[in-house]
Amino acid sequence: MIITRQREWQRVLDDLASVGARSVFVVGCGECATAAHTGGEPEVAEARERLSAAGFAVTGSTVPEVTCHAGGVKLEARKHAATIDAADAIVVLACGAGTQTVADAVAKPVFPGLESAFLGTVVRHGVFEERCQMCGECVLDATGGICPVTTCPKGLLNGPCGGMWDGMCDVVRDRPCVHVQIRERLAQQGRDVARTLPPKDHSKKLKPAKLSVRASGPSGSAR
Amino acid sequence: MSRLRDALERGEFVITGEIAPPRGADVSAMRKTMGLVGPLCHALNITDNQGASLHMSSLGACLVALEMGFEPIFQQTCRDRNRLALQSDLMAAWALGIENLLVVTGDDARSGDHPQAKGVFDIDSTHLLQIASGMNEGQDMQGRPLAGKTGFYLGAAMFPEAEPWDAQLARTVGKIEAGARFFQTQAVFDLDKLARAVDAVHAHGAKVIAGVLFLRSPRVIDFVNAHLAGLMVPEHVARRIRQAADPLEAAIDLAVEQVAAIREVADGVHVMPLGLDARVPEVLERAGVVPQR
Repeated sequence: MIITRQREWQRVLDDLASVGARSVFVVGCGECATAAHTGGEPEVAEARERLSAAGFAVTGSTVPEVTCHAGGVKLEARKHAATIDAADAIVVLACGAGTQTVADAVAKPVFPGLESAFLGTVVRHGVFEERCQMCGECVLDATGGICPVTTCPKGLLNGPCGGMWDGMCDVVRDRPCVHVQIRERLAQQGRDVARTLPPKDHSKKLKPAKLSVRASGPSGSAR
Repeated sequence: MSRLRDALERGEFVITGEIAPPRGADVSAMRKTMGLVGPLCHALNITDNQGASLHMSSLGACLVALEMGFEPIFQQTCRDRNRLALQSDLMAAWALGIENLLVVTGDDARSGDHPQAKGVFDIDSTHLLQIASGMNEGQDMQGRPLAGKTGFYLGAAMFPEAEPWDAQLARTVGKIEAGARFFQTQAVFDLDKLARAVDAVHAHGAKVIAGVLFLRSPRVIDFVNAHLAGLMVPEHVARRIRQAADPLEAAIDLAVEQVAAIREVADGVHVMPLGLDARVPEVLERAGVVPQR
């Protein structure tokens, strides 16, 4: 899921001041930001309180099921049309994708209340780690299911680099070197550990990516 | 032909020195250092934004070395440039008369003086060796022919004391397969581990030039341990410098011993004087290493 963290609150207030907003509508997200405890019902309620305390009139709020779903967010905006119309601006407690979906759905200034951090694995409740950065060309087949592109701080396909010391990473010194971990796992599985991976094809991660899997035909491509 | 290649292939014990380009456009201090260390060395490594900190480009500083009549080893890190920029710099370097290339991954930008910089790492050091080998054959990394091939003598870094050794060795062998003919190391303190590394590298037909640091003071030791990647001064060495009545002289004595020991094991010594440039001739002489030019 997309891991978000609270944006510096003063920046949110400055954004609202920049458009002279006096009234605000708040949008959360029922999916990732709820799991990350940054944009669920409790955090939306807290944001309402903080905005009120800062002198804003809060006209309303909602936590859509999935805030990055364009159709769902449009429906949600229609349901809350009156309170959205009454607001000068919208603050969104969701990832950047959710914030943009809301911005497409309402004719009001929309500001992010969170920072999008990474695509996270839930290690345990409330603890997230970045394991994949969606590079478009997976190497996990060759690396024992450990991604060096993401988990090596330098993103090296072939390591260890010269900083590895006693099996530990030189950049994040309290963490094992991922290339040593890859070798260990492959060795445990009796697999070849000597392969040099070729340079990555970054053209597979052209921005912005687009994909359609609609039955009507191949109208898009995952690039 | 590269004097470094020539000497190593003839089995001569080689001496390389390390030159950091200036942090600015004034090359006078660097010229002075080159003038002191250059005449003692077969070749001078010109570092590339070492420690992820801003310096004049290695390419520019290599030209200063050439102008002064010294042979540079052009260092390229994978941190700051993508595959296009690296290849174009290699073409320029060869065209301008640079014959030796040392490729390294590079320290992470977060450890340098521009911690907000984006580390590029488009390709890694093994890839860059593969690419440079291809350029020596007259083609770019896409396999397309170049107008004029390069002829670099290719080197890479290795860390004889790294553990687990099998991981380090596998990477080193990968670099040899990619075209590395010589390796330079960080400062080495464990001669047994150096011997282990030299044997392994020799088995694949490549050479090892082992590093020596002049650990002039306890403060330098603290800095090395805290900031230099892949390097930790062992406690018995640190204690010797810390407890010496004159740490600087103790450091010189230590360097003499290390150079003499390296001479018995490796193919050359890479001298990193950390500002004690004027003491390099004395250290080499006392260690019985007579610079041959």
